[in-house]
Amino acid sequence: MPRTIAQKLWDAHVVRVAPGEPDLLYVDLHLVHEVTSPQAFEGLRLSGRHVRRPDLTLATMDHNVPTKGGIKAADDLSRRQMELLAENCKREAIPLYQIGSRHQGIVHVIGPELGLTQPGMVIVCGDSHTSTHGAFGALAFGIGTSEVELVLATQCLPQKRLGDLAVTVSGELPLGVTAKDIVLGVIGRTGISQGQGHLVEYRGSAIRALSMEGRMTVCNMSIEWGAKAGMIAPDDTTFAYLHGRPSAPKGAAWEAALDYWRSLTSDEGASFDGETSIDASQLEPHVTWGTNPGQVVPVTGRVPQPRSDTDERALKYMDLVPGTALADIAIDRVFIGSCTNARIEDLRAAASVIRGRHVHPKVRAMVVPGSMTVKRAAEDEGLDLVFKAAGFEWRNAGCSMCLGMNTDILAPGERCASTSNRNFEGRQGSGGRTHLMSPPMAAAAAVTGHVVDVRELL
Amino acid sequence: MDPVSRVTGRMAPIDRADVDTDQIIPKQFLKRIERTGYGPFLFFDWRAGGDFVLDKPEHAGASVLVTGANFGCGSSREHAPWALRDFGFKAIIAPSFADIFLANCFKTGLLAVTLPDRQVRHLIDLAAEDPAAQVTVDLETQEVRGEGFAYGFAVDPFSRECLLGGLDEIGLVEKHLSEIGAYESHRQEWLPAVK
Repeated sequence: MPRTIAQKLWDAHVVRVAPGEPDLLYVDLHLVHEVTSPQAFEGLRLSGRHVRRPDLTLATMDHNVPTKGGIKAADDLSRRQMELLAENCKREAIPLYQIGSRHQGIVHVIGPELGLTQPGMVIVCGDSHTSTHGAFGALAFGIGTSEVELVLATQCLPQKRLGDLAVTVSGELPLGVTAKDIVLGVIGRTGISQGQGHLVEYRGSAIRALSMEGRMTVCNMSIEWGAKAGMIAPDDTTFAYLHGRPSAPKGAAWEAALDYWRSLTSDEGASFDGETSIDASQLEPHVTWGTNPGQVVPVTGRVPQPRSDTDERALKYMDLVPGTALADIAIDRVFIGSCTNARIEDLRAAASVIRGRHVHPKVRAMVVPGSMTVKRAAEDEGLDLVFKAAGFEWRNAGCSMCLGMNTDILAPGERCASTSNRNFEGRQGSGGRTHLMSPPMAAAAAVTGHVVDVRELL
Repeated sequence: MDPVSRVTGRMAPIDRADVDTDQIIPKQFLKRIERTGYGPFLFFDWRAGGDFVLDKPEHAGASVLVTGANFGCGSSREHAPWALRDFGFKAIIAPSFADIFLANCFKTGLLAVTLPDRQVRHLIDLAAEDPAAQVTVDLETQEVRGEGFAYGFAVDPFSRECLLGGLDEIGLVEKHLSEIGAYESHRQEWLPAVK
């Protein structure tokens, strides 16, 4: 019987099947961070349990790290969480990239760049954007703290089998339109809950043409339309990205892995419970106008008339009037960062827009690289100088203003052009207003002081 | 976990769809290292505006939250069900829930029950019109009952069994250590280890 890639990944990780029970899945890599793990480690301690596979567990500090000033700059509670993570990792012999480490960064940025994220794996983390790793043809999803404890203790997770969805993106992306616009375009069509209870495969020529970083951006936002996981079948682009990375297989093991990885595609005739198709050549840069990622329109569009109570509330919160051209929306802040869009290609794309230009005098703009490795790579290319010369703040790696757990937050009423993934009320700071867009679009907004079609600046 | 089988109490309605976890428990309260103590911060920003439905005297002490579709969308923070539980809710009824949130509710011992739109609408309207109305959410018989109505609901049988028995899921998985060990002995050798 023909199987989807998701079914193949699932089948390959089933430890145990029993009637009336969820399948017991084996976890190949468990990523841990400071915010959703303290209670899990405490649970282990109270029950006298230990981490079963510290060698398949990696911890980093990302959610509430200060992006300048090091751990000393953190508030007491944040510092306590980070110190506790360090204590827990030490006790359980879990490798940890803490502040100051060369490899510290956002958990979904460092896994791939270390070569730890590979095709065919099951990867979990106490963070909903774990779907990012699906870009490699892995089954990757977010879990809650009780599940974190369960995986720490057993390296397994009981999971009910899920349905399959396909998103086919055909055609070729026009200049100035990015992976972010593909996924925002998808969410604009599906709404924010259609993916519920499903694993999604993204496919088609426009997906094939994306770099690994672009693919990560697409898979990252799978959760924003409710999907448990998003994935892309691995191909030569995937293998070229992985080859030579620190944790990638070497020599004969590489060849054996390749043979297996090449089998990770959906079989001809495999059936999906639903399919969405998009023509990439018709896509424009997208910008959210509301308070969820499904409230999104092309930048050439206008703030729409409300169609629901949710829309009405969003307009009120965002202080927007239906019919307003997106390009007439003035912004106060720009955030280039997050697990969605803070990799080296994102920074290059943003820098190419601002090179030779300056941040608008009324705008405060910052770049927060996804990892210290990304930061170093950008500095090696001189991108930091481009950003700083334009008036951007150049920070250390972390989740930062994507969720505002550190001091990088919006003031009430401030409006932000952001490359992150959620525009929920208060997400970037209580009363703050978020417009999601791609890195080049955010860079263009920084220099013009308002939402603008980046294609006018290219 | 303590067994959970039946909740009887008054309802509080949040008549909105797509309530995300950033609203349920804003990020500044995720810095705690305990599993409890989140109740005062539930819907912090919405309640700060005053006049929020949960703060109305007629809904004080309600133990059943009735709300719109896609409740709990967004982040994986289990702090969201912890906050709902700490505030005093023991059951939530909605037309649909986000996947991770739903799983987190079961781990927290919070009964998350899915009913069709029409029935949820009835309950939301009933809670608004007659805040003293009592409902029973019965996991044993899989129905939501009140005066003049009984709505059956489906629930994952395994989650139901775990809740009714107050079972420790880690303990359940640990019964299969030999199978886990057998699986581990056959994993591909190229798979990465973190060192």
